[in-house]
Amino acid sequence: MQFVSYSFFLFLAIVFVVYYLIPKRFQWMVLLVASYVFYCFAGPKYLIYIAATTFTTWLTALQIDKLKAAQADYLQENKSLSREEKKLYKTATKKKQRHLMLAALLLNLGILAVVKYTNFAISNINAMIGLAGGQPLGYVSLVLPLGISFYTFRALSYLIDVYRGTIPAEKNGFRFALFVSFFPQLIQGPISRYSQIESGLFTPHRLNWKQVSFGLQRMLWGYMKKMVIADRIVVGLTTMTGDTAAYTGAYVLIEVFFYAIQLYADFSGGLDMAIGAGQIFGVDLPENFVRPFFSTSIKEYWNRWHITMGSWFTDYIFYPISVCKPMLNLSKWSRTHLGPVLGKRLTVYLSSFAVWLATGVWHGASWNFVFWGLSNYLVIMISQELEPLYRRFHQRFDVDGKLYFKIFQVGRTFLLMGFLRMYDCFDSVTTTWKMLLTVFTAGNWNILWNGSLMQIGLTAADYIIIAAGILLMFLVSMSQRSGSVREKIHAKPYIVRFVLWTALFMAVLLFGAYGIGYDATSFIYNQF
Amino acid sequence: MKNRKRKRFVRITVSVVIICLLLFFLQRLMMPKYSVGTQDGAMIAEYYDDEPKHNLIIIGDSEMYENISPLVLWQNYGINTYIRGSAQQLIWQSYYILEDTLRHETPEVVIVNISSMQYSEPQKETYNRMTLEGLRWSTSKVKAIYASMTEEESFMEYVFPLLRYHSRWNDLSADDFRLMFHEEPVSLNGYMMQVGVKPAENIPDGIPLADYTFGDIDYEYLDKITALCKEHGVELVLMKGPSLYPYWYEEWDEQMKDYAAEHNVVYLNCVNKEEIGLDFSTDTFDGGLHLNVEGAEIYSDYLGEWLQDNIGISDLSSDSALSRAWKTKADAYEAKKSEKYKELSD
Repeated sequence: MQFVSYSFFLFLAIVFVVYYLIPKRFQWMVLLVASYVFYCFAGPKYLIYIAATTFTTWLTALQIDKLKAAQADYLQENKSLSREEKKLYKTATKKKQRHLMLAALLLNLGILAVVKYTNFAISNINAMIGLAGGQPLGYVSLVLPLGISFYTFRALSYLIDVYRGTIPAEKNGFRFALFVSFFPQLIQGPISRYSQIESGLFTPHRLNWKQVSFGLQRMLWGYMKKMVIADRIVVGLTTMTGDTAAYTGAYVLIEVFFYAIQLYADFSGGLDMAIGAGQIFGVDLPENFVRPFFSTSIKEYWNRWHITMGSWFTDYIFYPISVCKPMLNLSKWSRTHLGPVLGKRLTVYLSSFAVWLATGVWHGASWNFVFWGLSNYLVIMISQELEPLYRRFHQRFDVDGKLYFKIFQVGRTFLLMGFLRMYDCFDSVTTTWKMLLTVFTAGNWNILWNGSLMQIGLTAADYIIIAAGILLMFLVSMSQRSGSVREKIHAKPYIVRFVLWTALFMAVLLFGAYGIGYDATSFIYNQF
Repeated sequence: MKNRKRKRFVRITVSVVIICLLLFFLQRLMMPKYSVGTQDGAMIAEYYDDEPKHNLIIIGDSEMYENISPLVLWQNYGINTYIRGSAQQLIWQSYYILEDTLRHETPEVVIVNISSMQYSEPQKETYNRMTLEGLRWSTSKVKAIYASMTEEESFMEYVFPLLRYHSRWNDLSADDFRLMFHEEPVSLNGYMMQVGVKPAENIPDGIPLADYTFGDIDYEYLDKITALCKEHGVELVLMKGPSLYPYWYEEWDEQMKDYAAEHNVVYLNCVNKEEIGLDFSTDTFDGGLHLNVEGAEIYSDYLGEWLQDNIGISDLSSDSALSRAWKTKADAYEAKKSEKYKELSD
């Protein structure tokens, strides 16, 4: 069931009514049933995947918790043990916990790897077999279960948090199942942590009209982004990226711009819908975007874009690798042999490399995504290395804090990220490079004004709507800098609020690219 | 506290009413105006404006609504006819239109065009819309929608057509505002008049088919039509119009003959029937697909006589109210004819 479907509206309305009508202690159960019904729409056979991940992570976390409790009891009962004996006992228990956690991690990442990367692996093996003149392997037919990357990461974050002792294990498996499957965040995130949404999910909620209307408003804003902007601009984008022979040079620059807008409007729009839907039920999901196109550097951009994924990789890949024993040994060795500066950075570089490789692979089973992840890594590392040089330049020309320089930085980051993002748009890494190169070699800048852009499937009316939509997004982003836009609107007289929200609703209804005649596009991040 | 609650209630009620009104007006504005566009979609709705006292109801596609002139049937035989026609009407749509009609009146005779037996699946959303949008809401309409929807269609978009036509804002014309609440009639008792001549030449033989058998679903709905007519005591005539094209295969004709014999209903195949007296070098406006007004008048005269001789349909010409109504319609018919000829000569 897509968020942009009539069945979803009906589903949401039914769940809403039942949720607020039944006794409050059963509310979370309604959400659990609704989430599994929602998941069933993707195909009941895929329930096995989410159920398996839920069960294994819940059981493992419970076992880890039991070991911790047993350890506490044992140490309480055996106070006379020497410090050495206690340490030995703790180490042994920790080892058992680690083994349990690793087994569950491997199992669930294994499921993810098999369903998501098997054919990618086969295609690479076939390439090598081809070089050796052998018979290629056949591909397997595996359909990706809905939202598997998202719910797997959510479940694993919980498991690791229990292992680390950050949170206690949830005793009730059904409650944990709700955390993993909560339907608003099932399709494309956010990748919330158990501690972030536990209270929202399980605390009884009274019907709060302000909260419900805020949720609906957030959803409406998401529909505006997705249906009015993303699904309209995608027509022009797919026309251009689908014909790499005809659309080169300046067209690629337009593609960079179009894809940036489409991806942001699509993904953040979907997240607005998810967060809004959560809010309707009193569940505050974490934010995933904070005006990413206002970033002045790529590092800052990644702190504002897909925030929950970034923090997941930082917490569960970057830090564990940085402080693991081999890395600490390497750090020690490199400080001695390579000097304090490079020695200190080496471990950071290696950990970051792992993070960006994983980020790329997480986004998709293709070399394009691997290169995309590593390109981000390279740009961030180079920027970090050149930081002292930049600082001197800024001081020399006194540009720090100047508006024009900030605009330059924002534009530079937008373009750089836009170019990197083009790995998504073409079928291979080399095609991406070739297409990007044509920006500087084709010299067809006249397409920007000779009417060629009217031949890519977009009419003048489409451009006007897209431009108005982008302007609206920009104005809302500007206003967000000083606080919640919905709160600001809420403070206005009723008539103003009514006119504003009704106008937005009518705009989505009339200018949304939906229904027959439009190629309904599912959310880009659904496939992850 | 009570005042605040009351104020809030009033505010919400007024807001909801305003939004509903806005949506209603927008929907009326955005919906296609068939009377000034594709007129084939206008007739189904026009039926409800006529007094339901017809003794002949004709149901089918353009082979009916462009080939039969109810005025001739009235003037020559006193048959009060209405044609409930729509472009490429499918057999299940004919059934539900019949169901809808019988809710309003019980005619003596119902003629159903059976050329749609060749289609076992919904064809095109455009045709579905032209047939279904004009039907008034009833269980028949709901069932007709579900039976007719193509894969890309959604029931919700029939309930709220604004969801289907929302993107028409870019094509709105003055007519969309003018005809928001009332469309001008385009037919005369369901007849869509056509003028001009395009002779039928080189009509190709039908391409051999792999299977000539009508689909199970077609028979299922034909059975339903037969049963419904019997239930209401209505004489059913299954008819194939006189159009030369699309090709009506002998195998199809045989199946219909067998069906008629088996179910004790009348089947009238008018393709290449010499006694009708049609001349396809002068009586068709589109090369043999449909008849022009002269052809329709000739065919209607034949049909009226056939109905009187074979079915014994009543002559209602002594009904003064009907006579008065048909007098007005005859004037409108002649005016329309003149207007059409004028358009043609321009």
